[in-house]
Amino acid sequence: MALLEVKNLHVEIDGKEILKGLDLTVSAGEVHAIMGPNGSGKSTLAYVLAGKADYVPTAGEVLFNGKNIFDMAPDERAAAGLFLAFQYPLEIPGVATMTFLRTALNAQRKKRGEAELSTPEFIKKVRDTAGKLSIDQDMLRRAVNVGFSGGEKKRNEILQMALLEPRLAVLDETDSGLDIDALKIVAEGVNRLRGPGRSFVVITHYQRLLNYIVPDVVHVLSHGRIVKTGGKQLALELEARGYAEYQEEVLA
Amino acid sequence: MNAEVTTIKTAAETALAQTFALVRETLPGSDTVAAQRDAAFDVFAKEGLPHRRVEEWKYTDLRALMRDAKPLANPPDAAAKARAKTAGAMLGDVEARRMVFVDGAFVAELSDLANLDEGLTFRSLADALTDNDPALGAHLGKLAPGSDVAVALNTALMGDGAVIRVAAGSTIERPLHLLFVASEKPAATFVRSLVVAEQGSRAMLIESHEGPPGTDYQVNAAFELFVGDQAHVDHVKIIGEGADALHVSTLAAAIGARARFNSFTFTAGGAVVRNQLFLKFDGEGTVAGIRGATLIKGRQHADTTLIANHIARDCQSREVFKAVLDDEAHAVFQGRIIVRPHAQKTDAKMMTQALLLSDRAEAYNKPELEIFADDVQCGHGATSGALDDDLKFYLMARGIPAAEAEALLIQAFLGEAIEGIEHAGLREALMESVAAWLKARG
Repeated sequence: MALLEVKNLHVEIDGKEILKGLDLTVSAGEVHAIMGPNGSGKSTLAYVLAGKADYVPTAGEVLFNGKNIFDMAPDERAAAGLFLAFQYPLEIPGVATMTFLRTALNAQRKKRGEAELSTPEFIKKVRDTAGKLSIDQDMLRRAVNVGFSGGEKKRNEILQMALLEPRLAVLDETDSGLDIDALKIVAEGVNRLRGPGRSFVVITHYQRLLNYIVPDVVHVLSHGRIVKTGGKQLALELEARGYAEYQEEVLA
Repeated sequence: MNAEVTTIKTAAETALAQTFALVRETLPGSDTVAAQRDAAFDVFAKEGLPHRRVEEWKYTDLRALMRDAKPLANPPDAAAKARAKTAGAMLGDVEARRMVFVDGAFVAELSDLANLDEGLTFRSLADALTDNDPALGAHLGKLAPGSDVAVALNTALMGDGAVIRVAAGSTIERPLHLLFVASEKPAATFVRSLVVAEQGSRAMLIESHEGPPGTDYQVNAAFELFVGDQAHVDHVKIIGEGADALHVSTLAAAIGARARFNSFTFTAGGAVVRNQLFLKFDGEGTVAGIRGATLIKGRQHADTTLIANHIARDCQSREVFKAVLDDEAHAVFQGRIIVRPHAQKTDAKMMTQALLLSDRAEAYNKPELEIFADDVQCGHGATSGALDDDLKFYLMARGIPAAEAEALLIQAFLGEAIEGIEHAGLREALMESVAAWLKARG
């Protein structure tokens, strides 16, 4: 059974249709890249999967591990194993990063009927994971993302992903605003988590990230639909030729 | 044309006048104090209770909100004293020297009078008035603005309170906690405290007010505080009155040169609360943090009115007031920073923020600057709004349920003000109170 099945998904924002019949199937252990020009609906797909309000599905369905996700609140989706790495991670003044991580982790464990982590266990887990992502301890003591650079925010997203150990991680333009060193750190963080039980949907505008996170499948999203699906070489073709032909295809 | 408006006396005004006439002869104090009382009562007799056409009281129409005036509280009986033993829970584990007042009267047997720190003098106001303590003449009524009707009523009817002196250069290690407890009687108390922290002294004063729900008692508390040169004083007021109480309290402080002064007000209880802070920066080079957090729900009304009067130069003051409102609660913040002509290089910044958890809650924020000096750095900001949906979504996307996500954001919002309290234990106790409030909200 596929881990994620998106069938004929239509989504509106403020009455404007952004996704217009999107189909996508991701099996366990696979890495799918979704590429496409600005405004094609990439971030809309990410947000609607995570359950952001104002992103209204009007037709179609999304099954996650066989369950309709539209019956689930965002926190329930997260506890079921769905993770979204935000394109623009939010700053939360006054909430310490450690408090945030711990509250999230324990809330998920509680919902799954697992015991909460003890403080020493939790701290060790965070420190080990943060070290691998070159996140220093000082960052963990600060409020969530407040005063973080763009690269630090993205690494913090990957840290959260690594701690929460989702079954499906959706990375929404995680490469945007990253220099090459930060990009490598982020990609390594993702690659360490790859395995038969975990799937990824990597949303990106550029092929560059896919040099480091090598996908199994590449999709081209244009005007709210997947218009082409191929192997990893498709990303290289897009890099060379651009998105123009796919935009025209739909217009024609 | 002279349009003399005759004020129609409300039931409360009439009752207050009757009370004063009845007890005037029996109230403690010298002839000088009696004259102070008469003069103060005249202010009330002329003005009546403040109402919405009095600018300072526009959003807290006391004449309308105060339907009646309760009789003065009787001295507490044994049962009332026994109940007061469990009071003060809001302070959690904070290790403090406790002075207990029940229904406005000092109760020595509940108070910790043993082994007072060197340099600390404590008396009840009733005692000080009765034997005409010379400390009163120099200080009592010198700071509280006589034109304010709430203060005037306090001066006219003050019965008891704390008279504290912290001698020059002495450090009082344990916070001093003045605990005012109302018993179950629907009565009125007028407590007045006077604190003189002399030059170079160090003290922390906690003033807390609490009482049972279901009784519409009335509290009028005034606190005059002299902070000497180079002294370091923290004042914390916790308004945790019962749900039906009316609470009006005033802090009037004069702060000397190169001093440090912190004030924090935590407002969570009471049906109607008016918290007044009148601060004068008399000496140069002082650093002050004036903060507050208000958490109200139901039909609670809480008003914070602040005047920070910069008279001397080179002072820095930070004012941060946050309010969280649920249901149909109303919060008012009126903050005025005044910079007098000689107060050059004043650095004063005021921020007031209201977080509305319900469409029916109302917040009135009125920050004002009056600047008469030309070389200053002053600013103010005011915001009011709902919880940020994007932040809530971010937390929920990490698996945190909606109620818990809201609680985290509300705690963070208030935390910005509460973090200004230097005492770690007290900070934690107040954050615990916030958590308990949020838990009760569900």
